[in-house]
Amino acid sequence: MIDLVNVTKTYETGTHALNGIDMHIDDGEFVFLVGASGSGKSTIIKLLTAELKPTSGSILVNGYKLESIKRSSVPYMRRTLGVIFQDFRLIENKTVYENVAFAMRVIGASAKEIKKRVPYVLELVGLENKGRRLPNELSGGEQQRVAIARALINNPTMIIADEPTGNLDPARSFEIMLLLEQINALGTTVMVVTHEKGLVDRFTKRVVAIDEGRVISDGMDGYYNYEA
Amino acid sequence: MKHNNFGYLLGEGVRAMFKHGFMSFAAICITVACLVIINSFALISYNLDLTVGEVQKELRIVVCIDENYTEAESKSVGSDINLLPNVANAEFVSRQQALEDFIGDSDASLFEGLEADAMRDQFVVTLVDNAQVAETKEALENINGVSDVYADIEVGNALATIRTVLYIASLAIAAVLLIVSLIIISNTIRLAMLDRREEIAIMKMVGATNSFIRFPFFVEGFFLGLFGAVFSFFIEWGLYEVLRKAVLNTGLKVITIIPFTDMLVPMALVCCVAGFVIGIFGSVMSIRRFLKV
Repeated sequence: MIDLVNVTKTYETGTHALNGIDMHIDDGEFVFLVGASGSGKSTIIKLLTAELKPTSGSILVNGYKLESIKRSSVPYMRRTLGVIFQDFRLIENKTVYENVAFAMRVIGASAKEIKKRVPYVLELVGLENKGRRLPNELSGGEQQRVAIARALINNPTMIIADEPTGNLDPARSFEIMLLLEQINALGTTVMVVTHEKGLVDRFTKRVVAIDEGRVISDGMDGYYNYEA
Repeated sequence: MKHNNFGYLLGEGVRAMFKHGFMSFAAICITVACLVIINSFALISYNLDLTVGEVQKELRIVVCIDENYTEAESKSVGSDINLLPNVANAEFVSRQQALEDFIGDSDASLFEGLEADAMRDQFVVTLVDNAQVAETKEALENINGVSDVYADIEVGNALATIRTVLYIASLAIAAVLLIVSLIIISNTIRLAMLDRREEIAIMKMVGATNSFIRFPFFVEGFFLGLFGAVFSFFIEWGLYEVLRKAVLNTGLKVITIIPFTDMLVPMALVCCVAGFVIGIFGSVMSIRRFLKV
């Protein structure tokens, strides 16, 4: 569950990135966060992953109060999230299997648990036969599926996807969105940050639009009714 | 860090060292160079200190006893001399012995007619601390029965000063070289780390703790330091023995230079500790700023 109350963020350069954001996302929801470049979407993600602290206001993510979270608690908060990036961020010299298993090793899972869970998640994202490949041997869509598998491997309560289809063609983008929808159907909260109007409009989901650091619309009609 | 991860992280550290083979080689070479310089300076200082110490041992104070004292009375003054805290040894020299020493290897006919009574009973005193030669001379002069005290205060003070300067200089230079080594190693490992910046950022994003991220680098630094220490130890050994033979061949007896085998254990310890400090602190210092994600 995410709860942002009157959140502001001003960078050291004096840039006001967020100007009083209020947003609530319940467990199990699927939400699109849309807005133009510079609207504050990336800042929201950095705040939700505790890369940044808010200038004022309060942020609650899966029970962690991020405005006052201790540095030592940040890794444990991040384990409740699965984060997916536009550029996939895979480790190039590790195989698909190792990239996914790596996220389990980080939380101290045993070799037995890893052996059992990784093939299951790779199958879930349709990569059961590509475990031994290196990331550069895969297509963009497949690499993003690896990133999704890595995000899912520790059973997070929420997936945050930052422009997950930004580097993909329309067909692969649609497949990735379908996959995220399936994950959501299994009970995981999904928040997708995007500016792809066509893609948003094909799914009837909640859409939160941001502009100049403020929420300017929040509707369940599933339409990208925001124009930059 | 959970115990499940220990073997994995240990393996990651060792793998990383081989994966970044050239940088590891560079780091080991720099560690070896720094340690050889530090150890060479320490060994030279140590041997110079021993040489100065040997020269200092030759410093004597001659205490002449009142000429009216009999030999028995003169010897009794020795107990008062030995009571002084800075006196290591007081050796009695009778008038007769003093005369023989005075004549020495000279032509005896030149000293014909010279009687032992012309000399005085004396004590040859060696000191615990030659730096206190002036104070000890004064204390000796105040003892009943002592007529004169001869001591080369300037030589004593000069030798004591040389030892102090050597001690301070060797410590200061070793400390400076250690810090320089640490900075060089830290930068070398930082270069190797630059291409792992993205990997560290991913680790942080999936919830890795700082200790989980740090451990492989710690292992890498440990082994780099260990290899640097082992190589520098044997290189130092070889260089030292070559230098020692060269000095011995000069025939200069005044220079004390002890065999490397007499210092095997302390030198091995110094190499290992310095190697580990340079390797581990160097890698931990390098990674610190990459953890701020």
